[in-house]
Amino acid sequence: MSLDAALHAVRGTFELDAQFAVTEGRTLAVLGPNGAGKSTLLAALAGVIEASGSVCLNGRELAGVPTERRRIGYVFQDFLLFPHLTVLENVAFGPRSLGMPRAAARDLAEQWLARLGIAELAPRRATQLSGGQAQRVALARAVAAGPDLLLLDEPLAALDVEVRAEVREELARHIQDWGGLTILVTHSFDDVTALADDVLVLERGRVTQRGSLREVIQSPATSYARRLVAGWAED
Amino acid sequence: MRASARRRGFLAPVLWLPAGLAIALLGLPLIALAVRTPWGQLPALLSTSVVAQALGLSLLTATLSTGLSLLLGIPLAVVLARSVEWPLVPRRLLRALVTVPLVLPPVVGGVALLLLLGRRGMIGQFLPFQIPFSTAAVVIAQTFVAMPFLVFAVEGALRASDRRFEIAAATLGASRWRVFCRITLPLIAPGVSAGALLCFCRALGEFGATITFAGSFPGVTQTLPITIYLQLQTNPDAAIALSLVLLAISVAVLVTLRDRWVPGLTA
Repeated sequence: MSLDAALHAVRGTFELDAQFAVTEGRTLAVLGPNGAGKSTLLAALAGVIEASGSVCLNGRELAGVPTERRRIGYVFQDFLLFPHLTVLENVAFGPRSLGMPRAAARDLAEQWLARLGIAELAPRRATQLSGGQAQRVALARAVAAGPDLLLLDEPLAALDVEVRAEVREELARHIQDWGGLTILVTHSFDDVTALADDVLVLERGRVTQRGSLREVIQSPATSYARRLVAGWAED
Repeated sequence: MRASARRRGFLAPVLWLPAGLAIALLGLPLIALAVRTPWGQLPALLSTSVVAQALGLSLLTATLSTGLSLLLGIPLAVVLARSVEWPLVPRRLLRALVTVPLVLPPVVGGVALLLLLGRRGMIGQFLPFQIPFSTAAVVIAQTFVAMPFLVFAVEGALRASDRRFEIAAATLGASRWRVFCRITLPLIAPGVSAGALLCFCRALGEFGATITFAGSFPGVTQTLPITIYLQLQTNPDAAIALSLVLLAISVAVLVTLRDRWVPGLTA
């Protein structure tokens, strides 16, 4: 399982040019300041915006393929749980959309909720959840559809600072448990060290460094990276 | 504790007179209707066959018109709200077209429908059956005048809805049709209901286009408003009783919609 991408996307006056690969078993973190193009990169991968270049997922070329057929799961920064559905229905939505009969989809959804430790939330409305709970539901929803690639957009940004550390650890375990290709977008180096194996540093739409987490910590290539590593090392 | 200072008004006192006249113009006729209603005879008046026929016909045609408006109007609202995605759609022209029945005198609408679907009409001449002066004609006339209410209500709701839910649904593998049915529509359901209620109300009260295009044959095309108009000559008490029925329905709709003034109507 692997992803090879060479993307070029234009959004207004902003231009993104990025080439990278994700290998099985190694989570890639896309790290960059606000405005660097991280969201644009995710949107291009998911097929939400037009992009030129090639996106090759498990040998399948995705250029020109519409979002609903890309098999790419997406966990949004503000979760976007469907407010008119229960937690169980939210998680079962992916499998149902792919043709699974209702009973089977619900069973699958229940299994995923149990695996993430939130089985008791199944009958609740999506609007009655805490930040940490909503994040786990959003994750369950994305992986229940059986995607080839999982995208996480600033997964902890919407959470209160006090719960972030605890949720971050749990998220690391859940991602490992899922075991598929994962790309995580963040501007927090704490997220990177807890969740990622490889790092792609993105600044102003360009890749400024690419390597394993250790390489980036030991030899940050730009002043931005140096600042982040130094700030993290102090804590 | 200091008492909060009362704000000094800047309303010119002379405005109270015309405002008062406006209130009188709007309110007194309704009061006159309530005062002159033969309350004691209401049950008897409302159970005659003329009334039953007209009421049944009006409710049937208004329901069918609302149904037709939903079937045709929701897709049109989607085109209007999302046409940013399809650059070939002349959105301003379409929106002007939808506004026309709102400002066109209904009688003119009826004449236009006759010229289109009448026996010698532009399309009507090719049809093997006759449309004017039938119940179908009532439904068509009512839909013509009432559908824009639904279209604008739904368009407003669509524009206010968060499109990212649809993106989320797409990432989960849902086809565009599934996204529309399972995500888009449920999330705008309140707007659709409000629009449908307004549409029903307007269809129920339609007079000019109906009488011109469909005539006034009892049981077939003689709706409540037409019946009121005709009964006023021969049996004023019946006309008053029927007026009260329509007024009651209008007030009920108003009360139901009171907090959700339809966007697009006042835009």
